[in-house]
Amino acid sequence: MAPEPPLLTMSGITKSFPGVRALDGVDLDVQTGEVHCLLGQNGAGKSTLIKVLAGAHQPDDGTISWRGEQVTLRSPIAAMRLGIATIYQELDLVEGLSVAENVYLGHEPTAAGFVVRGKDARASTAALLKRLGHSEIDPGRLVGDLSAAQQQIVSMARALSHDVRLIVMDEPSAALDPDEVDNLFRIVGDLTDEGVAVVYISHRLEEIRRIGDCVTVLKDGRAVAGGLPAKSTPTREVVALMTGRNVEYVFPDRPEHQDLPDPVLEVQGLAREGEFAPLDLTLRPGEIVGLAGLVGSGRSEILETIYGARKPTAGQVRVDGRPLRPGSVRAAVRAGLGLAPEERKAQALLMLESVTRNVSVSSMSRFSYGGWLDRGAEREAAHQATRELSLRPDNPSVPVRTLSGGNQQKAVLARWLLRGCRVLLLDEPTRGVDVGARAELYAVIRRLADDGLAVLLVSSEVPEVLGLADRVLVLREGHVVHTAPARELDEHRVLDLVMEGTPAS
Amino acid sequence: MTQPVSPPRDDTPKVSPVEGPSQWRTLAARADVRTLSLLGVLAALILIGGITKPDEFLDTRNLQLVLTQASVIGVVTVGMTFVITSGGIDLSVGAIVALASVWATTVATQEYGFAGILFTAVIVGVGCGLVNGLLIAYGGMVPFIATLAMFASARGLALQITDGKTQIVTVEGVLDLGGRDAYILGIPPLVMVFALVTVIGWLLLNRTTFGRRSVAVGGNAEAARLAGIDVRRQRLYLYLLSGLCCGVAAFLLIVLSGSGQNTNGNLYELDAIAAAIIGGTLLSGGRGTITGSVLGVLIFTTITNIFALNNLQSDVQQIAKGAIIVAAVLVQRRTASTT
Repeated sequence: MAPEPPLLTMSGITKSFPGVRALDGVDLDVQTGEVHCLLGQNGAGKSTLIKVLAGAHQPDDGTISWRGEQVTLRSPIAAMRLGIATIYQELDLVEGLSVAENVYLGHEPTAAGFVVRGKDARASTAALLKRLGHSEIDPGRLVGDLSAAQQQIVSMARALSHDVRLIVMDEPSAALDPDEVDNLFRIVGDLTDEGVAVVYISHRLEEIRRIGDCVTVLKDGRAVAGGLPAKSTPTREVVALMTGRNVEYVFPDRPEHQDLPDPVLEVQGLAREGEFAPLDLTLRPGEIVGLAGLVGSGRSEILETIYGARKPTAGQVRVDGRPLRPGSVRAAVRAGLGLAPEERKAQALLMLESVTRNVSVSSMSRFSYGGWLDRGAEREAAHQATRELSLRPDNPSVPVRTLSGGNQQKAVLARWLLRGCRVLLLDEPTRGVDVGARAELYAVIRRLADDGLAVLLVSSEVPEVLGLADRVLVLREGHVVHTAPARELDEHRVLDLVMEGTPAS
Repeated sequence: MTQPVSPPRDDTPKVSPVEGPSQWRTLAARADVRTLSLLGVLAALILIGGITKPDEFLDTRNLQLVLTQASVIGVVTVGMTFVITSGGIDLSVGAIVALASVWATTVATQEYGFAGILFTAVIVGVGCGLVNGLLIAYGGMVPFIATLAMFASARGLALQITDGKTQIVTVEGVLDLGGRDAYILGIPPLVMVFALVTVIGWLLLNRTTFGRRSVAVGGNAEAARLAGIDVRRQRLYLYLLSGLCCGVAAFLLIVLSGSGQNTNGNLYELDAIAAAIIGGTLLSGGRGTITGSVLGVLIFTTITNIFALNNLQSDVQQIAKGAIIVAAVLVQRRTASTT
């Protein structure tokens, strides 16, 4: 390593939000002129880390050094003054302003202190756009009229309008077509040639191979590997780092299914254009079927389409042989389906309400006579359902927001248990659940299956799918690439399938 | 723990601290800090009124007047509370009251007598609510815009019907209802209607599936949808309910003023929203209280009355109202952040 200090050194960065430790002692070294890739699953802490770097979040602990000197990034402006620019995934442009106005927003060239010299801004914007290889974008046009790719160029021009030494790009390729991605990579190459460092966040390993110099992998708020060579580290190792467990979970015993009853759920050729290819799937009572795949493989989309929350472009779903009205959650719920969605707080829970009301919300007609609620019966039934799942605390009148992640998930499961649901769709059931509470949740899910529920499980944690499911479907980019009983698969095999799409021999 | 009263219906021996069977404890738990503080404010206002104008303020006639004035806006506020609880807003309530009151007092309508006036007022209110609800629930319009459009059109239509003239009511039955002879045990019929609407509203919000669904839609519409609730139909019903309340309020206003005017219900939308908000209903939805809303209405009406008795200008009144709204919301924010 050169004697010159790294451009940026973050060490021991810790950041907690109420209930979550988003970053737990993360280290990151970035050298001048390198492309440093940041890898990790959703919720691994990537976004929090770059927000700390951008000055948008203040770390609880840890130090940041910039060119060898310790600094405090009190605000986004402070970070920008040092030469750190961030291009967020959700572009933060003002659609009603022109390209030049966006590029110079907050540091407009002015006369007499406040009169914007629009002509100067437009001229220098044109120069920046030319440098980025996009001189066809007119600096006077409204940003709202531009394509997503062009807006990203404007974002980059804005970063370059400052004297920038480090650009953070959060999944910049997500919204781009393949040839636009090529242009993006060319720009990244030009920037690094000029000595600018790039922190590049992506889910796509092949991109990291193409442009990355080194890789830091985040998992559960920790950097599990730092400064790996981007081009030569084996895929399997990188994926294992991203998904790998650091605790051995205890999975419940898998019962020997002799002859299961007829399928309760049949999915025939179900597809959504651009999300997942036609899918066939049967689910029998008592059985847990797992869908394994990376983020973006179409896992959640499949569950939500079966549940009617998204409308399929082809195929159908049958429950007990009767076709379900497509795109209707109510029809699915009435037929006996229940979904525990991925984003519990945003998609499942009424955070202001008690556990009772969260549990009873899907079964209110059972406690009402002509719309009039029998609250005693409601409370008793909800309590019974939560007790069956050992939800803690054993008091259903507490607000659901005071529960831990695992117990919030149990409240969602209790909702469907109370409803008498027969097919349970679980999307990342242990996301945000303490490691200690997971084993209990696994036991609960298995017990529900033993009691005759059919369970469809989606998880990005391969060991979870393999440990809990009876049968596993492996997904890659919306296609089922392999189906097998869970006991015939191991983690490495699934990872190979998930990454490469072909079973390793 | 000893319980003087045996549990009413629940025969399992579970006793939780919040939902204990003691009547008093239940009452104390329900009368939360916010309701108590609103009662405190109201008590303080009554004290101020009693001190500054002891003879006039505490006079039975004056108290009857205050409650009667509170009735019209109060009925509107009950409907508004539901809409806000569900995460919506209804800016058209004042205009709907105006339209319903003039439509129900045209010469043609008055020929059908008492029933014709009542029926027309209610139907016009429900009809406007239906349009609001359809636009919002099934047309995908933002409640602010849809009800703003209704606000403009309903006022315009009201002006067109009346041509700016006051429509005097000649139906005896309607006029009698506003007279002192109609008071029962000293209580004006209008106030009884308000009380009835309040009780029904409270029961609807707190004791029925309709109320639960409204709260669920306001608290988290996506979660409500994925839990199997028909969110769109619920939204439609909520704006229908608000329209219905406006129709009833329009009828009360006709009784009270003995006329229909296109300027009726001016700024009711702001008064109703303000009363609901200071009462403790969350503007972002997910939490609503009919008790709070009614207390909010009573507080505003009492202030207006005290100011009028003390010969203070209405501009001072408006400033005081504004200050109260700001203070109430600041207090709400503080209590929200400490819980």
